[in-house]
Amino acid sequence: MSTTKETQEKMIEELLQAYPEKTRKFREKHFEVNDEENISGSKCSIKSNIKTRPGVMTVRGCTYAGSKGVVWGPIKDMVHISHGPVGCGQYSWGTRRNYSNGELGINSFVAMQVTSDFQEKNIVFGGDKKLEQLCREIKEMFPLAKGISIQSECPIGLIGDDIEAVAKKMSKELEMPIVPVRCEGFRGVSQSLGHHIANDAIRDHVMGKGELEETGPYDVAIIGDYNIGGDAWASRILLEEMGLRVIAQWSGDGTINELSITHKAKLNLIHCYRSMNYICKTMEQKYGIPWMEYNFFGPTKTIESLRKIASFFDETIQANAEKVIAKYQKEMDEVIAKFRPRLGGKKVMLLVGGLRPRHTIGAYEDLGMEIVATGYEFAHKDDYQRTYSEVKEGTVIYDDPSAYDLEYIAQAMNVDLVGSGVKEKYVFHKMGIPFRQMHSWDYSGPYHGFDGFKIFARDMDIAINNPTWNLMKDPF
Amino acid sequence: MRQIAFYGKGGIGKSTTSQNTLAQLSTKFGQDVMIVGCDPKADSTRLILNTKVQDTVLHLAAAKGTVEDLELEDVLRTGYGDIKCVESGGPEPGVGCAGRGIITSINFLEEQGAYEGRDFVSYDVLGDVVCGGFAMPIRENKAQEIYIVCSGEMMAMYAANNIARGVLKYANTGGVRLGGLICNSRNTDREDELIMELARRLNTQMIHFVPRDNIVQHAELRKMTVAQYAPDHPQAKEYEILAEKILHNDKLTIPTPIEMEELEELLLDFGIIEDDETKIKKLEEAEASKK
Repeated sequence: MSTTKETQEKMIEELLQAYPEKTRKFREKHFEVNDEENISGSKCSIKSNIKTRPGVMTVRGCTYAGSKGVVWGPIKDMVHISHGPVGCGQYSWGTRRNYSNGELGINSFVAMQVTSDFQEKNIVFGGDKKLEQLCREIKEMFPLAKGISIQSECPIGLIGDDIEAVAKKMSKELEMPIVPVRCEGFRGVSQSLGHHIANDAIRDHVMGKGELEETGPYDVAIIGDYNIGGDAWASRILLEEMGLRVIAQWSGDGTINELSITHKAKLNLIHCYRSMNYICKTMEQKYGIPWMEYNFFGPTKTIESLRKIASFFDETIQANAEKVIAKYQKEMDEVIAKFRPRLGGKKVMLLVGGLRPRHTIGAYEDLGMEIVATGYEFAHKDDYQRTYSEVKEGTVIYDDPSAYDLEYIAQAMNVDLVGSGVKEKYVFHKMGIPFRQMHSWDYSGPYHGFDGFKIFARDMDIAINNPTWNLMKDPF
Repeated sequence: MRQIAFYGKGGIGKSTTSQNTLAQLSTKFGQDVMIVGCDPKADSTRLILNTKVQDTVLHLAAAKGTVEDLELEDVLRTGYGDIKCVESGGPEPGVGCAGRGIITSINFLEEQGAYEGRDFVSYDVLGDVVCGGFAMPIRENKAQEIYIVCSGEMMAMYAANNIARGVLKYANTGGVRLGGLICNSRNTDREDELIMELARRLNTQMIHFVPRDNIVQHAELRKMTVAQYAPDHPQAKEYEILAEKILHNDKLTIPTPIEMEELEELLLDFGIIEDDETKIKKLEEAEASKK
């Protein structure tokens, strides 16, 4: 009898038969079946963060998406200009569900779409003057805005507009930070470079510029939580309950002031490693601030993380952490008792972005579900190295898979639930496979922390055990 | 209708040569000629119109909003010899995208039917084919004949070879052909021989050798072509001959650009540049004489 690993490897081999030879050779390097060597950390042969093969229907985004959509967009008291033709800003408007407190148009601008709306004449004659005018109008219309970021779309890089000079000039004139971000979509192979460029722009224009008058021994910053459906709020209360003071949220429901005082934190807590490890490493080098990865999906991982975070601090915090865990334990046990019988043994397949392909595994496992296949859109090697130990031997791992790959694997492995994005969703619905959007939580959330897990468990249940699936008939 | 284009190194005299020649083509051979200036400086029609054009396609389009708001009459001017002139215009140096501007204005002219009824449409383009926009005039269904203005100087020949490369690229996709090299003399040694040899290697011809004469500069200072300023001057005759040659040109070829090494060898052979050994020898001699 063959092992699980052999079975899965054979399946991947069969899947790859659909590709022409040249493409097959490239694509086969993007698959790996987890084994002991991977888990022990001595092997990582999967190829990642390289250009998508032409013709492969990738689900990746662009550099602009990584900067404007992910990193900068959620900073609520700044106005983020989608600089270039109208489409990029318009079609990425409000798609990430990064919630924020505040009055829209007064002190929160997250739900707005501000664009320089490039026309042909701006391409030919350059758009610097238009950008200046736009900055002035923003200041006039939104006097409480604390800053502006200029998110470059492709044409800005092509025609070489000097947005740095405009930012410098207008920053002086309008007396507020104006940050040029060179995140033209064509740069890089995915949104991942956009995260890096955005981090660097924060480093150069925001980091360390603010002052925190009173610092405390328990000051921490939440890094890489974009408050999707309120995730950061559900995380923050746990940290506060254990006696820590959260001085900044990067960047979900965050402010430019929070970003600028983070260098005063005692510890940076990073959730999405992929999109914000850069700034953590910078702050470590420049200010000596240690950083720690944590995982707030599902009670097992959340409890593990709370203890890990507490271990950095004194006994008071450690005792508090135990109190917090004890407080929520009963509630969590009840959730598991309710949903585990309905979800136990279900096979899950994931394709998400920065951290969820590995971070959500614990939450599924708490409900007795099994991750049989998982992968990333735009991960790097260090993400895969962090993934192997989270999944069992024989789990299929893929990088930047095509629509065909996903459909094939879902069918071949007979999965019970697919977790991915909106582009994938309806294909699987039509195949009769339950689906949850794991980028935006399918208009739900939060999923972080103990509060989030209740919703997560309920959502997975309503997806899988929806009676609609029983009504589907095989037309053949 | 024939669509032709003049290319060449910056400052070589493209605009001067093309306007002087086209003036002859119109007045002496009765051709209906139109000039499309594709230089953001908008000085390709100055000698025909006796003034620098103020209303370029792109500036007017920017002022009105978009190019769709523009009418042909807004930008079409008639100058000496009934030659129709349009300037594309473009951004000031260092900003925007002049290449995109050329694409925009050529599309506009075609859509507006600006070329209808003309015998010749001539594009006057910037020195180097630096990007797709500047190659626009040699794409499919645009200029079919390219004339490269050059001289016996190294950089002019280097540019000519580069332009031949651009023509070759589009020769297969669009059908553009090289019509010949126009030698706009700088009075360098054996210039005509050299350009004829370069032309031979590029699989083309030196269509005409235009001698150097100050009358051209005198006319230019008065914003005129020689045809208008001194129609009886022998230099006018030179342009007339060139115009006639272009009119009856049947040697339209796919160029064979040469490698840099070959070009350098050619220049060595003609003594335009010296090889390293000669240079060292001269240097040593110079130093020795100092002592």
